Parts: sequence; C-alpha cells; structure tokens
Amino acid sequence: MSLLRVEGLKVAFGGVQALKGVSFTVEPGEVFSLIGPNGAGKTTLFNIVSGIYKADAGKVFVADQDVTGLEPHRLAARGLSRTFQNLQVFPRMTAAENVMVGRHLQESHNVLWHLLGLPSVQRDNRTSRARADDLLALVGLSDYADTDASAMPYGALKRLEIARALAAEPKLLLLDEPAAGCNAVETQELEEVIAEIARSGITVVLVEHDMKLVMRISRRIHVLNHGETLAEGPPDRIRLDPKVIEAYLGVHAAEVAA
Amino acid sequence: MAEFVQFAFAGLTIGAVYALVALGFTIIYNASDVVNFSQGEFVMLGGMTTVFLGLWGLPLPVAALGAIVVTVVVGLLLHRLAIEPARGASAVTLIIITIGASIFLRGLAQVVYDKQFHRLPSFSGDDPIRLLGASILPQSLWVLGGAVVIVTGLWAFMNRTLIGKALVATAANRLAAKLVGIDTSIIMALSFGLSAAIGAIAGLLITPITLTSYDAGTMLALKGFAAAMLGGMGNPIGAVVGGIVVGLLEAFSAGYISSSYKDAVAFIVILAVLFVAPNGLFGRAKVERV
Amino acid sequence: MKLAQRYLPVLIIAAIWLVLPLFFSSGYHFRVATLVWTAALAVIGLNLLMGFAGQVSLGHAGFGGLGAYAVAVLPTHFGVPPLLAFAIGVVAAGLIAFVIGRPILKLKGHYLAVATLGMGILAYMVFLNEARLTGGPDGMAVPRLELFGTRIRAIETWYWIAGAAMVLGALLAVNLVNSPTGRALRAIHDSEVAAKVVGVDVARAKLVVFVISAIYAAIAGALLAWLSAFVNPDIAGFLHSIELVTMVVLGGMGSIVGSVVGAAVLTLLPQLLTAFADYKHLVIGLILMTVMIFMRDGIVPTLLKLIRRRGS
Repeated sequence: MSLLRVEGLKVAFGGVQALKGVSFTVEPGEVFSLIGPNGAGKTTLFNIVSGIYKADAGKVFVADQDVTGLEPHRLAARGLSRTFQNLQVFPRMTAAENVMVGRHLQESHNVLWHLLGLPSVQRDNRTSRARADDLLALVGLSDYADTDASAMPYGALKRLEIARALAAEPKLLLLDEPAAGCNAVETQELEEVIAEIARSGITVVLVEHDMKLVMRISRRIHVLNHGETLAEGPPDRIRLDPKVIEAYLGVHAAEVAA
Repeated sequence: MAEFVQFAFAGLTIGAVYALVALGFTIIYNASDVVNFSQGEFVMLGGMTTVFLGLWGLPLPVAALGAIVVTVVVGLLLHRLAIEPARGASAVTLIIITIGASIFLRGLAQVVYDKQFHRLPSFSGDDPIRLLGASILPQSLWVLGGAVVIVTGLWAFMNRTLIGKALVATAANRLAAKLVGIDTSIIMALSFGLSAAIGAIAGLLITPITLTSYDAGTMLALKGFAAAMLGGMGNPIGAVVGGIVVGLLEAFSAGYISSSYKDAVAFIVILAVLFVAPNGLFGRAKVERV
Repeated sequence: MKLAQRYLPVLIIAAIWLVLPLFFSSGYHFRVATLVWTAALAVIGLNLLMGFAGQVSLGHAGFGGLGAYAVAVLPTHFGVPPLLAFAIGVVAAGLIAFVIGRPILKLKGHYLAVATLGMGILAYMVFLNEARLTGGPDGMAVPRLELFGTRIRAIETWYWIAGAAMVLGALLAVNLVNSPTGRALRAIHDSEVAAKVVGVDVARAKLVVFVISAIYAAIAGALLAWLSAFVNPDIAGFLHSIELVTMVVLGGMGSIVGSVVGAAVLTLLPQLLTAFADYKHLVIGLILMTVMIFMRDGIVPTLLKLIRRRGS
C-alpha cells in the first residue's frame, strides 16, 4: 500500500501549463523529496495534493483511497498535513495557540458545549495546551509559547508551522521549503527535526532547494522541470543524472559530468 | 405598447444615472481598489448644491458650475483626508471608511442645507414629447444625452490624452505605472475628482425629474454598485450596461409587478450576481496565489 | 489560563451593572443604561463575527428588527403570547441566518460587505412596506411582556433584565472564545487557508458564528421593542446597522469589554449633546472614519497596549 499516489496531474493557469501530467508514489515511512528549478510546479503540486487547487486532470490517492478534489479539511481528516512556503501562521495568536489550532480535529466540535464552557471543554483546552507545549519543545520553541506569532523571528515561524502541522497527528506530512531563509545551523537543526519525525513513523514529502539537505535526508528524489517529471530515484543516482544537472546548471555542466 | 415604451424610457433615464454612478465607482476602483461608497453623495451634492447656490442668489447656470466645483473639491478632500492616510488597509476597512464618509457628507448636507426635498427646473421645459404613444419628459432626453456625452468624453480622455492613458495604465498595473514615472498618487486623486464631477453632473441632470434631498445618496450608491457588479467590477463598459439593465429592471418591475418594492430590485440584482456570477457579465475571475 | 483571568471581562461588566444603580437618581438614568445594555448585547454578538472571526456584516440591524417585530406583530395580530413570540423571533433569526449564511459567507471583502448590506436593506423594506402587519413607516405599539401575571413596565425592571441578558451574553461569548471553536474562528481571521489545512471546516465555522451573532441581535431587538413599547422600521435600517458596526470598531474588535464601551459611547453621545439629533450623521460618520484610519484596534485594545507598554 502506498501512502500517497498521484497519477497524471495536469493543471493550467491562464495560458501557462503548470503541470503537464505528473505521477509518483510515496511509500509509508519514507522521506520523499520533490526538487526542481523555480517554476517547475512543486508548490502547485503540493497545493493540488492538499486540496487548495483543483487539478484539470489526474488523481490523488492517500492510503490507496481516491481523495481527488477533496476539500483541505477533509484531507486533514485523512491524515494529511502541510506547511507553507510563504508562511501561513496565525499572527494574532500565540505560538502555543497556533499549535493548539493544529489539534482541531482531535478536539470536540460541539458548539453548544463550547458556549456553556463545560468542564469537558476545559479538559480539551488543557490537553491541547499540553500537547502544544510538547511539540513546541520538539522544535525548540518553548520560550515563545506565550508570544504572539507576529513578534517571532522568521526562522522560528518556519518551525512553528511544523509544530502546528504535527499537532494534527498526520500520517503524511508535506513540508514546503522548510529550509528557505535558514542559515547552516538552522538547517542542521531542521534536518534533525525531520529525521525525528520520520523516525516516529510519519511519511514526509519535502519540497526543497537546499540540495545538501535533500541528498542527506531523502530515500528517493523526484525531479520536476517545467511541470514534467525529469527523473526519479535515490540521491546517488539523481546526483549524477545528466538531465538533472542540465536543468539546474545548464548544458555545458551536463556535458562535463557525462 | 405605449405602457411598455413609457416604462422603457423611465428605465433608460434612471438607468443612465445608475450607469454614471457605476462609472464613477469603476474609475476609483480601477485606480485604487477602493469601493467608494460615497459615490452616491457626489450625485446628491451635485443636485443639492445647485439648488442652494441658486437659493442663495446665484443664477442657475453659475450655481450648477459651482456645484460641480464644490463636489470635485469634496472628492479630492475625501481622497486626501480619508483614503490616503489609510493606505494598505484591508478592503473591508476601506469600505467602512467610505461608508463613514458618506454618512458624514449626508450629515453635512443636512446641516448646511436642510432636510427638505428639492427640485431644479427642467432644462428645456416640462411639455412632454409624444413618442410611440408614450409621454416622454424632455429632461429624460437631457439625461440620456448627457450620459452619452460623458461616456464618450471619458472614452476620448482615456484613449486620446496622456493623462487619460496614465489613468488607464495605473488601473492596469499600479506598480508598473509607478516604474514608468507615473505619479500614482496624483492619478488616484484625479480618479476621485473625475468620479465626483461625473456624479455631480448626473445629479444636475436627474434632479429636475426625481427631486433630491440630503439622504438621496445611499440608495444611489447601492444601485450604482449593483450596476457595477452586474457589469463586472472594474469594467467601464460593464458599468454602463449594468446601469441601464438595473434601471430597466427597476422600471419594468415597478410598472408590472409592484411599485413599493421597486427599490428592492437593485438589491436582488446584487445578491443574484454575487451568488451566481460574482464576476458579473464582463468581468474576469482572479486566481489567488498561495 | 486561570479561571479569574479568563472571566475577568465578564466580572468587570457584571460589577458595573450591579453597582451603577447606586449612582442613579432618576428613571432617565436607568433608561439610558438599559439602552446601553441592549445595544451591548447586539454588539457582543456582532463582535464575535467581526472581531474574532474577521467577517463583516453591514446589515445586522435586520436581525434585530426581526426580533423586535416578532414581539410586536405576533401578539398584536395573531394573539401569540409575548414570550412565545420572542422565542419564535429568535429562532426565525437563527434559521434565516443559517439559510442565507451559507452562500453569503463564501464571499469575501467588499463583496461580503455589500451582500450583508443588501440583505439588511431588504429586511428594512419588508418592515416598511408590509404596513398592514407592521404599521409601516409610522411603526407600531409593542404589547408589554408579561411574567408571572405582571406586565413588565418599569424601566428599573428592564434595567435588570437587559443587564442580565448582556452579562449572560458576555459569559457565553467568553466561553466560546476560549474553546476549540473560538480558536478556529480566530485562526480563520488570520489565515483561512491554514485553518482549512489543519482540519477546520471553515464554511461551517463561519456559519455557526453568523447564526450566533444573529441570535444575539434578535434578542437585543426584542428587548429594545419591549422596553420602548414601540418599534418602527428604523430599528432594522441601514444607519442602525452602521451604528452597530461603529460600536464594534470604536470599542475594539475582538474585545468583549470593548463591545460594552462602544455601545456606551454611541448611546451616551446623543444624550450628552442635546443638539446631537441634527448632527447624528455627521458625528457617527466622523467617528467611523477617524477610528478606522487612526485607531483601527479600537479604544479598549489600544488602551491595553498602552498600559502593557508602560508596564514593561
């Protein structure tokens, strides 16, 4: 059983064909990376898989169930969670509250109970807060627990999104350029966090530009260029693939490598 | 048949006013993304100021000119004092500001002028013209003619003059316009002034038929907005077409269905457009990037 | 969050309500305060929608009008007992909000603003035109509420009823804010897409808060109709809707205490400036513009920020 399978995804925006028919499979427990030059369609693909865009053609399967076209919150209920390239934190809420929102599906939804402020609601609040504290500790943000997200530095916010995504207890975690804007130390810490996540059994799909991070952490890499698959395979093979080198560095570099 | 022509003319006449209000909305919206709820007050000010300048001793043509000038000044002040300081605010904040401005202007008119209904004399008398069995007021023809002149003049301005083209450029892409040296701040002020002038002239044209009072602005703004939405927010041709359609729908439903809910037509149009085709007849959908 | 800290806004409001009559020397004082309490109830509900969930409603007085005309029309023309009429009005407001909420809340920004505005005006027009039932523009008398055999007429009694309703409304609102629903609403305000992605059913959450705020407004409208023994279409009018928004914005979006402050300022202002009636539009328009341009957070949050900055 694959955890994520995309088949023949095609989407166009205006006159631009962003994805031209992309397919791949992600196995449970692996760290699978999606790379490619800017404009290759990686974030678009994430947006389709997480239900924010609808593809013009193609299917998405989570745990072998067809989830094509489902709303994002229904996908979350199927165990899918993600972070955003352009940060979508909740700036007016504290770090702890941001992560607590991540636990929404585990909390009660009875609005009447909420209005009445019953003890069960208070229990929900306490449990969510405790879990948020644990996750903030995991990503190293315990000091910011009661700080408004708007007052937190950029690098911290990237980790906050990961903590929030984890609060949803996902089976599948999509990370969209988590290392963007991070220095070497931060990237190292990020790598440890991702490894810890993978060790806990969560399948990770990573979109990244930081090649060292990608090569070290991925089991398999899928390369996109201009909305099409260029290559797929383990890091060692991808590193030497002439088509990949050409896409990133140009024809001459590919000739040199060959 | 005569009835139909009667209603049609009534609809076209008031539709021309809605078209002008919608056009004013569109000009400001295109230049600055602001939905200017005070658009209706410009029409009110055009009529009311002419009336009162006339009452205070000025001959009517001078009063009319004065009214247009006053309204343009009000439009420029609105931009400078209420819109400029709120740059970057959310769409809802801006519309609430313009609603506040419209209420303020209404209150000002109430205090400076009065709370009565007022009329202006028709430009060329009140003897009805018979057309296809219906009685048409000569003022109706002035309204329609005036609207045509304004729309044509605007078109010429946008396509034949440099400033007009700068306005169109700012509407298309504000950043690019800035980069080629257009002072977008002046363009936005210009858009407010222009919309105010158009509104004032519309007020002048219609007051002999519909009368005016300090609170005539709200309904006009809402109906003009309905027209702009119907035509596709931001599309000038759509604004004009939308205005005519709303005017006709109003006149026919008042004539054939019920006249007490005549005003409801515009709101039903707004809601229908928002729910069925939010981009209106001529608008284009926008894609949001995440 | 400790119990006292969480309920502090409610305790403050309740304390003021309980203590204020000690300073009253006439029925007039009771009347003004009662008007503030009824307005505050509607404003708290509207604040849940605007301040916490980040939506906008420029037609909310329409729901208030529904509650008010329910307790006017049903007893007068259909012999319905006032209390039952009240229940019907409130339920009707909730149902209507539920039905129109789904399509309307899909809209955003100025589209949502104008849609709610249009809805409010349509409601006003119905109250204005159905003169046989509603008395038209001249309005109609409202039969008094009867509880345990006595007609409730004295303004002092209404002070306690309206105040209690407001405190209860504040209590429920605070509970809601400090619950998973409250967090979901605040999340929607900050980033709808992120809220969706963590599993929040955004459409449902918006609908829930819209219905709740409609119910608050309907209850407030009914109370107002009862204590005035009179209602006219202006209660559902555009200006009244804008007044409610001004109260939210002035007092502070997202602040329960701010809702009461905003209601108090805009209710007291006309009482303090006797010539105000003529200048009502001018002043409301000016307040709205100034607050939205220069003090977008509103009075209470701005004060709290200043205090916090002085403290640190």
